[in-house]
Amino acid sequence: MDLDFTPQQQAFRAEVRAWLRDNVPKKPLASYDTREGFEQHRAWESNLAEGGYSSVIWPKELGGRGSDLIEWLIFEEEYHAADAPMRINQNGILLLGSTLMEFGTAEQKARFLPRMARCDDMWAQGWSEPNAGSDMANIVSRAIRDGDAYVVNGQKTWSTRAVFANWLFGLFRSDPQSARHHGLSYLLVPLDAKGITIRPIKALNGKQAFAEVFFDDVRVSAENRIGEEGQGWNVAMATAGFERGLLLRSPARFQRTAQRLVQLYRRHQATADRDPSIRDGVLKAWMDAEAYNLVSYHTVGRLLKGGRVGAEASTNKIFWSELDLQMHETAIRILGARAELIDDPEVHDWLEGFLFAQAGPIYAGTNEIQRNIIAERVLGLPKS
Amino acid sequence: MDFTFNEDQLALRDSVSRFLMKEAAPELLREIWKTGGGRSPELRAKIAAQGMTGLSVPEAYGGLGMGDVDWSLITEEIGYYSIPDSLADTACVATGVLCAVPGAEALRQRWLPKIADGSARVSVEHPVNPWVADAHMADLVLAFRAGEGGAVELHAVPGADLQRSAMASIDASRRLSTLPQPLGAATRLLGGAEAQAVAAETLDRAAIAVAGQLVGLAQRMLDLSVDYAAQRKQFGKPIGAFQAVKHHLADVVTKIEFARPVLYRAALALQRGEHHRAALVSHAKLACGDAAWTAARKGIQVHGASGYTWEVDLQMFMKRAWVLDAAWGDRAFHKARLAEALLRDDAPLGPAATLY
Repeated sequence: MDLDFTPQQQAFRAEVRAWLRDNVPKKPLASYDTREGFEQHRAWESNLAEGGYSSVIWPKELGGRGSDLIEWLIFEEEYHAADAPMRINQNGILLLGSTLMEFGTAEQKARFLPRMARCDDMWAQGWSEPNAGSDMANIVSRAIRDGDAYVVNGQKTWSTRAVFANWLFGLFRSDPQSARHHGLSYLLVPLDAKGITIRPIKALNGKQAFAEVFFDDVRVSAENRIGEEGQGWNVAMATAGFERGLLLRSPARFQRTAQRLVQLYRRHQATADRDPSIRDGVLKAWMDAEAYNLVSYHTVGRLLKGGRVGAEASTNKIFWSELDLQMHETAIRILGARAELIDDPEVHDWLEGFLFAQAGPIYAGTNEIQRNIIAERVLGLPKS
Repeated sequence: MDFTFNEDQLALRDSVSRFLMKEAAPELLREIWKTGGGRSPELRAKIAAQGMTGLSVPEAYGGLGMGDVDWSLITEEIGYYSIPDSLADTACVATGVLCAVPGAEALRQRWLPKIADGSARVSVEHPVNPWVADAHMADLVLAFRAGEGGAVELHAVPGADLQRSAMASIDASRRLSTLPQPLGAATRLLGGAEAQAVAAETLDRAAIAVAGQLVGLAQRMLDLSVDYAAQRKQFGKPIGAFQAVKHHLADVVTKIEFARPVLYRAALALQRGEHHRAALVSHAKLACGDAAWTAARKGIQVHGASGYTWEVDLQMFMKRAWVLDAAWGDRAFHKARLAEALLRDDAPLGPAATLY
């Protein structure tokens, strides 16, 4: 057990810190759920990619830096400490990117990954359907083979930032006779294709954060299939646990929020202490953010020694989503009656974060589904 | 940067676990409850023969010279099997006191070899605890007491010289006493800033030892509850197939997963004498206590009525978890210490703050 960073790791940290100091926009960007803000964020992503920081764990030739996971943690620490903009293409980079690394052909990797790193392509996720949420194997959208293409029909929903995306990755039923997780194929669909309709859905904050996507006889080249036909479920799931469990939310993000929460509490301690449970909430936020950090370093250490992340990754999803809620609830309670004033500069980010935190226990697999996974695959309890 | 244990550390943990699984079965612990002192010389001798009493005694005094990080894994096993003996207090905490006292070479020569070979029991009195555990059979008591002007002093007193007044604990394996008699210059070992520093280090070491036991207890209660949920049938299927039951147990898994690394980090902070040690130790105590109390609450719920009985073993581990939560600093104490550390201008806040 050794908590000292190597000279190379320290040099990497110094380099990231210097780059961020020179490059992070001085003025906060507009919300990425508006057209103006989205374009600002896309420009930032492109700038990050130029620095080689879009996805540090990717190989150099595909737009990354070939970093190991310790360097990834260091990068995230510096990124959040610098209050750099929120990332807009993480669904693509983490979910699709990792899948392409493992299952994509050389041609597919070269075609999609560098453009994804630069955010030349913005990726939307096409997994959920109106009747396939927690029960994702209930997918009914079809992709029927016709020569060298698939003809796609159906509907996807809850597709984050699909309003601004130009590509979608998703699971479609390629064998109409199949059921459940059999007979699905993993396809990449250009969103400017004929027959696609995107209908925005306003989220809790009033912005068009996600969308429904309708497919009406959309022709998708068979070259855009990842993995074998009918193997889409296994392809999608192979990386899902690892991404959800480790990469989707780095600990630094929550450590930064916990730090801001302590600062907020100190500014308002006199009024906050009228309710002693607020101080408890502040302490809990710090403790849980630290715990998440330590679990991440522990997990990364195991992975670097050849270990694997299994179903216990589901504990991470539960933990960070509940932590995010708890931190923001505490902040809202400190702010008291002022907390509804969305334009108040001290309130704004906490309120937006509070609204977004409501979604945490729901997206990326609801926390109920995660608890089932833990009970069945970690504890070995029988299926329901 | 490598925040994992090496193979030697894990192998030692596994061998301790195998040993205690065989030698400290719940039926045996219940037998030991019925004996007068509540301690088994036979079990003690086996533990000593295994080398567990000498783990942190320096090699020069006949021990293995292991550090706090190694111990953190062992305390989990001590908690998991809930052995009714003062192993952690003597072998880890008291050894730490003796090693930390400047100039106490004669005392070390006299006691450390006996701790290592298992022939001496040493208990530790500290102002944070209103009573002393395992003083009833102690050969030596190391007592941190408020001296003149309230400053803490360290005394070393042979157990036989002390009046001991026993108090009953809800945990039948615990043996508590108060030591009412005043201590004076004759037994004083250390005073002033030195005594204060040793008292602080001792508190942290003992709090970590308790935290380790608490997370071990949480794991034991989880394992018992999973076994029960897999076997007990209602509505024609194991109750573990019902989501309401599954989710109780999944919550315990999550609590344990996010308490263990906090324990290890605190042990490392103590071993390295880090600046933010107090905050990290108090965090470990709070997180492990929370895991243990959650495991107890969910565990008895999953066990249903049988969890409320004397006969089913869950009770042994629940009671140990309930009482250890307040040992070596209750929640209020550790929260206050954490708050003090976090509300200062040099608080360890933000990404990577506790890694330096």
